[in-house]
Order: sequence, then C-alpha cells, then structure tokens
Amino acid sequence: MRRNWIGGSLAWLWLIVAMVPIYWVVITSFKTQASYFITNTFAPPTEPILDNYQDVLEAGFVRYFLNSVTVSVGAVVPAVAVSFMAAYAIVRGAGNRWLRSINSVFMLGLAIPLQAVVIPVYLIIIRLQMYDTLAAIILPSIAFAIPLSVLVLANFIRDVPKELFESMRVDGAGEWGTMWRLAFPLTRPALVTVAIYNTLSIWNGFILPLILTQSEDQRTMPLALWTFQSEYGVNTPAIAASVTLTTVPIVLAYAIGRRQLLSGLTAGFGK
Amino acid sequence: MTTLAPPAARITETTAPSGGRGGALIWLTLPALLIFTAFAIVPLFGVLALSFTTWNGLGTIHPSGLDSWNTVLTEPGLLHALGITFLIMGLSWLVQTPASVLLGVFLAAHFRYRGFLAVLYFIPLLLSSAAIAITYKSLLDPNFGIGSGTGLGFLSQDWLGDSTLAVGMLVFIVSWQYIPFHTLIYQGAVRSIPKTMYEAALIDGAGRVRQFFSITLPQLKYTIITSSTLMVVGSLTLFDLIYVLTAGGPGDATRVLALDMYETGFGKSLMGPASAIAVILVLVGLLLSQLLRRLGGRGDESQQEGV
Repeated sequence: MRRNWIGGSLAWLWLIVAMVPIYWVVITSFKTQASYFITNTFAPPTEPILDNYQDVLEAGFVRYFLNSVTVSVGAVVPAVAVSFMAAYAIVRGAGNRWLRSINSVFMLGLAIPLQAVVIPVYLIIIRLQMYDTLAAIILPSIAFAIPLSVLVLANFIRDVPKELFESMRVDGAGEWGTMWRLAFPLTRPALVTVAIYNTLSIWNGFILPLILTQSEDQRTMPLALWTFQSEYGVNTPAIAASVTLTTVPIVLAYAIGRRQLLSGLTAGFGK
Repeated sequence: MTTLAPPAARITETTAPSGGRGGALIWLTLPALLIFTAFAIVPLFGVLALSFTTWNGLGTIHPSGLDSWNTVLTEPGLLHALGITFLIMGLSWLVQTPASVLLGVFLAAHFRYRGFLAVLYFIPLLLSSAAIAITYKSLLDPNFGIGSGTGLGFLSQDWLGDSTLAVGMLVFIVSWQYIPFHTLIYQGAVRSIPKTMYEAALIDGAGRVRQFFSITLPQLKYTIITSSTLMVVGSLTLFDLIYVLTAGGPGDATRVLALDMYETGFGKSLMGPASAIAVILVLVGLLLSQLLRRLGGRGDESQQEGV
C-alpha cells in the first residue's frame, strides 16, 4: 500500500495546530509575570514556579470546583436514571400509542437549542424562587440532557434479544424488576457513554450559570474562569494557571473513560 | 468496544406487546417527561409567548401585542446579526468538513498512530468554550502573543481588534474546537465501509484518489449530512466562545444571533424583543435542519461530492 501523504501530513499538521495553545497555556502557567513579558512566549520557563496556582486556589477555585462537581453529579445521575427508565418504557411498549407520542416529544427536544429558551427558563427559575442557587442550574441541565440520552439508550435497549425479556416474564418478573435486573446491566456501556457525554457538557456549561446565578458562592468553574480573567487582566500566567487547573480534572476523567466515550460517540452519531 | 454500532431496527415493528402492559410502562416515562416538559417544552412555548410582551426581566410582564416584533424587525441589528451568523456558519463548515473528512479517513486507516494521536487529538473536545476563549485571547495578544513568540511579524496582528480578522479568527477557533469531534464521527463511518468495495476498486485499477472520490465520499454521504447538521445547528447557538472572546466586538463585527439575543435581553433588559430574536433563532435552526434532511433524503444515488 502506498502511503497516504496528504492525509498523513494533514494529520501531523493538525496535531501541531491542536497542541500549540495547550502547550502554551501549560508552560505559561509556570512563569512569573515579569518573565512572561520579557521572554519568548513559547520558551519553557527557566525557573518554573507554582505561585500562580497558589493565586488561583486563593481566589476561591476550590469552592468553584466543588460547585461544578455538585452541579454535574446532581444533574447527570438523575438525568441518566430518568432517561434510562423512559428509554426502557419506549422500547418495551413500542406498540403503545401514548409511548410513541412521548418518544416524539423527546425527539422534538433534540431540535430545541438551549440558548434560544434561556429567557423563559430564567423566568421560571425566578418564579420558583430558585434564582442564584445551584439547583437553578441543575434542573434545566437535566431537561436538556434527556433527549439525546433517551435516543442513545433506546437504540441500545432495542438490541437486547427479545427472548431474554420473554424468559424474565415467564419467571414472573414485573417490568420494574426486568428493567433493573435485565436491561440495566446489559445497557451499562451505553449508560457510561451517556453519563460521560452529559458530564462533559454540563461541567463545561456557561450560559445557565451566567444567567441563573450571580453570587460568588454559586459560581461554577467556566464562569469563574471568565470572572477571574476579567479581574486579573494582564496577569497572563495566573490566567493560564486557572485554565490549566480547571482542565486537569476533565483530562484525567477523559484518560480513564476514553475508550467508552469515543466508541459511544462514534456509534451514536456515525450512522 | 463498538457496542452501540449495530443500526437499530426502526420502531416500525408493531408486533411488540401492547395493551395492558403499556399502562404500567407509561409511568416509567413520567419523571423524564415531567422535567423535560417543565424546563424545555414550556420554555419553548414560553419564548413565543414572551415575544408578544414587554418585560424588563424584573418587574411585571405586560402584553404588548406586536411591539417587540416591530422593534426587532425594523432594527438593522437583526439583519446584521443574521448575516454574521450565516457567514460564520458557512466559513466554519467550509473549513471543518474537508479537514474532518480527510483526518477521519486517515485515522481510520492508520491503526499504528491511532492510540497515540487519539489521546492528543481530542483534547480540544474536552475544554470548556470559556477556557478556549481565554487561552486564545492571551495567545493572540498583538504584543506578547504568538507573533512575538514565533518571530513571524505577520502573526503580530491585532487579531481580535479588526473586524475581518476577528471573524476569521473566530472561524479558526471554532474549527479548532470542533474538528476533533467531527473527525471522530467520520473515522467511525469510514471504518464501517465494506472492505470489499475497495478490493473491487483495486482490481479495476482505481488509484487512491479515485477510490476516495468514487467510494469513500459517496459512502459517507449520510455521515456528511449528520455532521453538517450538527455543525450548522451548533454554529447557530455559538454563544459561550464569542461572549468570552470578543463579546460581539470589535463594534458589532462578531455579534451573532445568540449574542444579539443575550445582549438585548440581559444587557438592555428588553426581554420582549430578545424573545422575538430567540424565536427567529429556533425557526432558522428548524428550517436548516429540515433543509439538510431533504438533501439527504433525495434518492440514495451517490452524488460525487456528497452535499
């Protein structure tokens, strides 16, 4: 086989393009502010320092980190659970008129962009007296995670052989028991994929925290990055440290769950 | 594992058990249905309703007929925002699609590098738009950024301070952020093209380029449509990145529809007109995705260039 020069050089070129900003943000985070302005911006620091990270931590990032964890876990666990139950019902009751309509309601949701409905969401949150709480971010996040989760999980449950459901029924198991004891373990790979995907988008969410919270205590990481950046202005190394620090948890999570996420996404969209 | 891969049979089968069992099953959908209705369906109708009112975001909401629509439709800002939105959408499609297809094809064929490349390639996919915007903002600084670092004078531009350059930069950053995702989609699709097709082509003496245009691209047709739909709809809702990077500037050079809505509503406290803009956003999104679906549905004859 001849080598694919075009593809190959493009692949390596892209690697450089993709890596330059990441390399830059990491090395800059270890520089002093003074040396940042006088040395080459792409040269590694001569005397790496950790002061920038200390600044970032003292600016309250531990709190913001915990807020992001609360929002992500608080939204992803219920979102995946209710989506799984709905997906199970939709697949098992495929002949039922009502379930078919419910499914089309969820599929309609795939076409609703979150950005377009933030104003009424803001109104609802105010009326529920939940403005400026983490719950205000959690509830709409769950709602907007549901359509894609139901779609992926239903596709997956549909592949469980009918005979397995039949034998559960013969053994006298109800729908509730069949769902948890049969479908749940068999769907685990898809559940993990959906959970990772939702965690990523909720963890990185910006517009809901921006619109639904205002106080410092309720800030999540992306929003905190933005305010930190506007407060620290010219202190580029400190800003670089804040970006690096907030990125480390997701990169770690990615390293652990990579296989799942990639195969799941490929299968989910690649048809 | 590619456990999700088998194309599921569509729900057309009516043999499934129905009758009494459906009732119990409906209960299982209720939690999802409830929260989805409250925070997605109700807001969808809510935004339409709010576009016929006057509201400053804090006080009471007054019905005001078509006032908001009048304001929005007579302002030149809307047309400008629509234009910029479509410009960024079109340009980023033009950059992302060829790059993702080529990278996807390459990655699908080269197992050797894949493990290594995959780790690094997909990092942009993990970062929040806020983090990306902040990084590029510093990196593009005309005095201390990429220009001075590489010693290449032409890179020392005021990238985000010039209208044309800012749009170009935005397209570049959007591509940087999303090419990994689309590459992933294409890689999966390329791997599911039957090997025998290539073997047959080889016997017929088709070269690599020929194979790419007569087998790979036509086979990727539906994937191109899926990926394009995601790109198009995604670029309509581009908000976080632009908000943090340029806040719509310089002037209103990068003020896309979603940003126009936010600034009108939460910046100027004009929730009525902002809702009208949001309705336009929803309609444009629906229209475009229908259009792309049509494009995909027209016969399964392979067109040479896909879309």
